[in-house]
Amino acid sequence: MFGKLSWSAIPINEPIDMIASGLMILAVLGVLAWVTVKGYWPYLWREWLTSVDHKRIGVMYVALALVMLLRGFTDAVMMRLQQAVSVGPDAGYLPPEHYNQIFSAHGTIMIFFMAMPFVIGLMNFAVPLQLGIRDVAFPTLNSVSLWLTASGILLTNMSLVVGEFARTGWLAYPPLSELKYSPGVGVDYYLWALQISGVGTLLSGINLATTILKMRAPGMSYMRMPVFCWTSLASNLLIIAAFPVLTATFAMLLLDRYLGMHFFTADGDGNPMMYVNLIWVWGHPEVYILILPCFGVFSEVVSTFSGKPLFGYRSMVAATMAICILSFIVWLHHFFTMGAGANVNGFFGVMTMIIAVPTGVKVYNWLFTMYGGRVRFHAPILWSVGFMVTFVIGGMTGVLLAVPPADFILHNSLFLIAHFHNVIIGGVVFGVLAGYMYWFPKAFGFTLDEGWGKVSFWCWFVGFYLAFMPLYYLGMLGMTRRLQHYDNPGWQPWLIVAAVGVAFILAGILALIIQLVVSIRTRERRRDRTGDPWQGRTLEWSTPSPPPAWNFAVLPQVEREDAYWHMKRRAREERIAAAEALAYAPIHMPLNSPTGFVTAFFAVVTGFALIWHIWWLVILGLVGALITTLVFAWRDESEFEIAADELARVDRAHHQAYWVGGTP
Amino acid sequence: MTATTLGGHEPPHTHHGMPASASAAGPAPKRIIIAYGFWLFLLSDIVMFSAFFATFAVLGKATAGGPTGAELFDARNVAVETALLLFSSFSCGMMSLAMDARHRGTFYLGAAITFILGLGFLVLEMREFADMVARGATADRSAFLSGFFTLVGCHGAHVAVGLLWLAVMVAQVADKGWRATVLHRLMCFSLFWHALDIIWVALFTIVYLMGAR
Repeated sequence: MFGKLSWSAIPINEPIDMIASGLMILAVLGVLAWVTVKGYWPYLWREWLTSVDHKRIGVMYVALALVMLLRGFTDAVMMRLQQAVSVGPDAGYLPPEHYNQIFSAHGTIMIFFMAMPFVIGLMNFAVPLQLGIRDVAFPTLNSVSLWLTASGILLTNMSLVVGEFARTGWLAYPPLSELKYSPGVGVDYYLWALQISGVGTLLSGINLATTILKMRAPGMSYMRMPVFCWTSLASNLLIIAAFPVLTATFAMLLLDRYLGMHFFTADGDGNPMMYVNLIWVWGHPEVYILILPCFGVFSEVVSTFSGKPLFGYRSMVAATMAICILSFIVWLHHFFTMGAGANVNGFFGVMTMIIAVPTGVKVYNWLFTMYGGRVRFHAPILWSVGFMVTFVIGGMTGVLLAVPPADFILHNSLFLIAHFHNVIIGGVVFGVLAGYMYWFPKAFGFTLDEGWGKVSFWCWFVGFYLAFMPLYYLGMLGMTRRLQHYDNPGWQPWLIVAAVGVAFILAGILALIIQLVVSIRTRERRRDRTGDPWQGRTLEWSTPSPPPAWNFAVLPQVEREDAYWHMKRRAREERIAAAEALAYAPIHMPLNSPTGFVTAFFAVVTGFALIWHIWWLVILGLVGALITTLVFAWRDESEFEIAADELARVDRAHHQAYWVGGTP
Repeated sequence: MTATTLGGHEPPHTHHGMPASASAAGPAPKRIIIAYGFWLFLLSDIVMFSAFFATFAVLGKATAGGPTGAELFDARNVAVETALLLFSSFSCGMMSLAMDARHRGTFYLGAAITFILGLGFLVLEMREFADMVARGATADRSAFLSGFFTLVGCHGAHVAVGLLWLAVMVAQVADKGWRATVLHRLMCFSLFWHALDIIWVALFTIVYLMGAR
């Protein structure tokens, strides 16, 4: 009746597991109870859970990412504590099977459920506003994407309470991840959670790429798009080209596990290295899917806070697209040790080094943008400057790893771990946090506290160097990754320094939480009434904060890049005349729809049933999803009209407050 | 600059000396946006197939001592399957023309023929699979057979989903008539159906012709 599921799936005998599960369940129940007591359900359902507004979907993506940052970081703390003590006779406090789940969950959660939702959330929020349009190409599909990502997150967290998670590392290499060596449900949790959220990501990529390519405001030619839109375009094109490979690869591993096939098994003439190749054909573009939008954020932030147009706009665009293409021909550098031969390794090594060229172009562009500018040191630019310093170091160790002979020595050592945290924390995390602090006032109508933002930055910055520079050194001493225990006492001092670094990062995360709480409490005096708190250059700052559901009552006419900056440069009389001349016509906006939420519910049911081999429930879940689709397809009303009067009222109020009355 | 772009003159405010492109005239019409998004989806689907193709190419000779392609493939059966699928694309094209002419009778006829040909293709494919399984050539026999059943089966699953979609669309035309959403979905369906043909052509070549050598 319930497949492989039985009471033994609850980890009663593992105190750490039980405490973690207990806390998680209490937190979830606490939030649910609070929402129920306060009577927020109708509001939540109407305004958020069924919303198809790209801004709200973006905010929900970022909220998911912030929660998962806490979850993934908890895993990091546990690993650092374990390695700080587990030397020689001391076995540490985590048994190997638990430690292995923790490093697997840490990588999976941080990449798929922290970095990806954060980046997609920022793109969702900012891209339509920057393009001067009212929503993405497929609003309901956008909601489906969000909730499928949430389904994957839910399944991953369920594994903490019911069953186990994968012990195979974050990419689940076979043959270890095959049924023979991983007979439990851990790998199945991993695979189904990522399959479901991967579909969401793919749909999101199609949605945003279509939006950018087909739905820009009048006059916004490609070479007038803000750089963040360019990097988002590159990122979403990569999603479209890379995520289907991940789906196919996981599908084959699932077939191996469920139907006894022999794609990647050690027997039956299977080929485990085929998996490793395919997963990195997705995996390398994936790191650019994450970093490119962050490059866009840095470009916007550096230009805005330096009060100058971006230096070398066209070279920035060219560099972005060059990286977009090059990212597909370097995947083999993740496993030079496969033994493909000198020529193949040489090719991939050289291609990898070439990526440093367009990236270097970008760094110089940012530097030259700041050079001679009147830089205002708000929190977002601290993250950007911290990024430039840190990312260059990470890039150089990356070029070092791209040299095959060096890689043979450093492969799978802590040097590698230090390298990719160097670029992912220094690049992606700093980038999304810069974006978070930059666009927060646009999303919520009040600015975040500057002081706590700066505290957070310095804690993260110092914490990163303390936590990861020792790992470079340990890697060169020969310490490999994923060690639950080691015998060399000489390594311990460095691992203790790394643990201290994690304490600094913890302080940085706490500062982020305090910043949010303090800012919400003092929101009345930090209201952004102008819609343009940073003296912005791009169109999102021309809307009120937060923008109305329709963003723009009349689509703006774009005449050059940095469109809003140049609108503001016009004489006051000219602006008033332009605002008065606006002709308001009724517009149509998409209706909210529960389709995404309901589809995700059935996706969770189906995924859970597949993991535990409860076949009748699989069928039930699939039929439910099909019916949801049909109900959506049969609806008669998909849009509602907003009257011209209403548009004019809101728009004129904003113009009155800012364009005419204010002092831009 | 709105009017000047049409006159062939250089727009007054263009930056970098670039004239505004057609796509800079504002958001495209809904039909274009939907078709474009669906094209991108089809491309992603083709990328997924290419991963299966690559795997098949690598594992094509990894038979673990079991049956090979040359022993298993029946060229005549595959030729008939191909013919059914290609003719179903023709009838799908006729269906699209009937849609453009808003001619329900012809539309239903085209849809019925497409459905029957697609179903015939699936029946033949299932018979081929059943025949192979009966001869001990199951998907868990060897890496080659895993690759074969997954690649060909994935295409077959797409055809099956296409048939379900077609049935739903016929019901939508019957229930809702030629409203814009129905027309958009039919346009996407026909793109989907033709894309399956393209994949089949590659599949026929790489699996059944090259794989049988």
